[in-house]
Amino acid sequence: MSTETKKVAKVSEPLFSKKNRRLLSDPFNDNNPITVQVLGICSALAITVKVEPAIVMSLSVLFVLAMGNVVISLMRNIIPNRIRIIVQLVVVATLVIVVDQVLRAFAYDVSKQLSVFVGLIITNCIIMGRFEAFAMANKPWKAFLDGIGNAWGYAVILILVAVVREFLGTGGLMGIPIIPESWYIVNGGVYANNGFFLFPPMALIVVGVIIWIQRSKNRKLIED
Amino acid sequence: MKLVRNLLDSTKGLVEKDGKRNIFFPLWDALNTMAFVPGHTTHGGAHVRDAIDMKRTMVMVIFALIPALLFGAWNAGYQHYEVALGMESTLMDNFLYGMGKLLPLIIVTYAAGLAVEILFSWLRNHPVNEGFLVSGILIPLIMPMDIPLWMVAVSTIFAVLIGKEVFGGTGMNLLNPALTARAFAFFAYPQWISGDKVWVNTIAENGQGVVDGYSGATALGQLATTVGKGMNNPETQSVVNMFAADGQYSIANSFFGFIPGSIGETSALAILLGAAFLIYTGIGSWRIMVSMFLGGLSMGYIFNLFAVNEFMNVDPLHQLLIGGFMFGMVFMATDPVSAAQTNKGKWIYGFLCGFLGIMIRVFNPAYPEGIMLAILFMNVMAPLIDHYVVEGNIKKRLKRANA
Repeated sequence: MSTETKKVAKVSEPLFSKKNRRLLSDPFNDNNPITVQVLGICSALAITVKVEPAIVMSLSVLFVLAMGNVVISLMRNIIPNRIRIIVQLVVVATLVIVVDQVLRAFAYDVSKQLSVFVGLIITNCIIMGRFEAFAMANKPWKAFLDGIGNAWGYAVILILVAVVREFLGTGGLMGIPIIPESWYIVNGGVYANNGFFLFPPMALIVVGVIIWIQRSKNRKLIED
Repeated sequence: MKLVRNLLDSTKGLVEKDGKRNIFFPLWDALNTMAFVPGHTTHGGAHVRDAIDMKRTMVMVIFALIPALLFGAWNAGYQHYEVALGMESTLMDNFLYGMGKLLPLIIVTYAAGLAVEILFSWLRNHPVNEGFLVSGILIPLIMPMDIPLWMVAVSTIFAVLIGKEVFGGTGMNLLNPALTARAFAFFAYPQWISGDKVWVNTIAENGQGVVDGYSGATALGQLATTVGKGMNNPETQSVVNMFAADGQYSIANSFFGFIPGSIGETSALAILLGAAFLIYTGIGSWRIMVSMFLGGLSMGYIFNLFAVNEFMNVDPLHQLLIGGFMFGMVFMATDPVSAAQTNKGKWIYGFLCGFLGIMIRVFNPAYPEGIMLAILFMNVMAPLIDHYVVEGNIKKRLKRANA
């Protein structure tokens, strides 16, 4: 029995170690922000009528979440615990204003379509959730990966829901009609668009069905 | 019967667990239990069972639906030939016309619904649920007869999948599956399920076109047009005249059912015959029917007091006889699974179904079938009502015990 204490060597972790890769891949399935953590449902219901705004929304959230996570992570040791929510809000608000102004300058039409929802990214639960749960306790690089991962997990579901809703609700994708005009009943065909998919409740049902399918494939997620 | 028994017995070996055709077991089992009372014995604690099992309960509901179904089939033909086209037609012509419209609807509904049920009985390993037996006949009775059949199929699949299987199948559903199907169709394909054109077939026949001035509007559709117009407006008055004793939608016509509407809903008389049967056999809850009737009636009187348009001014009893109120009251609100379970809860549940139904119908003429929405809403609220009734009972008893 040696009395020597083993010196713990501080090995620097490689940038894409297994752990870090999991930060990116987990939110796609096992820890998806929408279907497993059930965060960010509000925007999933509100802006998934069409695919284009859903994509823009996803990119905006990606930017805000990744940047915000890095900023919060850098400041994590100097943020007083009592006012951390306010500090987090200031960081999100700043980033959201940047996104909003960029959208207005370069993609005015989409910005008009998204209207108030860009501003409402501030209240998107995923962002505050990740700040609180991850960025406050991890280093910037990990926080950055976590932000990217969660934003992509969010984006995948958002775009999936939007594809289903736009296709079944309007018969097209990205505003381009896919189902031929002659198929419609008014033109002598048999098909009709399903107007229910344009209402928010259907987004909830589509998200619910995605959760259902995901859980029946991924047994880990079923809690007793 | 012997033939059926022999057929079932001879195919039993094929479909059993190690048989060659065991994927057909759910279908075989469904046929077997439908034709014969199964020889199951109870396991677990309670051994007391009602004399009739669930499949036979469901068959009783179908018996109760027969008067409404037969009358509705005749009325579909009557509205088409005699009212819309102004032709002479016999009772048999009318009836066959309606049956011709109704049968495809029934077949499509059963095919679509049972397909989902059988799929789930494989996936989940449970027997095919009896519940769909009734839903499959209720859905055609509350759809417009000329709705494209695939829409009925899609609505049925949605109702069975999202309304029932998601929650664990028959007995677990929050919502009434038949109403879920109709609500889905209503929001998804409004053009084919609401408005003046869908309830009566007005296609010309033998060169006979639609009678001048005829509109296929339902009583509710007509009343909705009076909203927002003055009560002395001539158009409003002409609608009011239709509801007078000699008008098209007179209280007698509404009671006997000579008005346009979906196949099952028009005749209050036929529905009440079914109601009597359901109450007599103890399958439908009379508490829900009575309280829902009272709920609708009281909302009608409240509207009468504050009437600012003719829709609010309709006689409360007349108000209940038009649209889907009666049908909803007898066959939808009393669904034993989605309604409240406690006796006190049933009174509250039924009363609010009627109260809210008339309220939605009158306040928002865009949703003439407020009854449907009200019952679905109260389906969701039913567990909450039961919870408070049970809690209240516990509290009362505790108080008595501690006193």
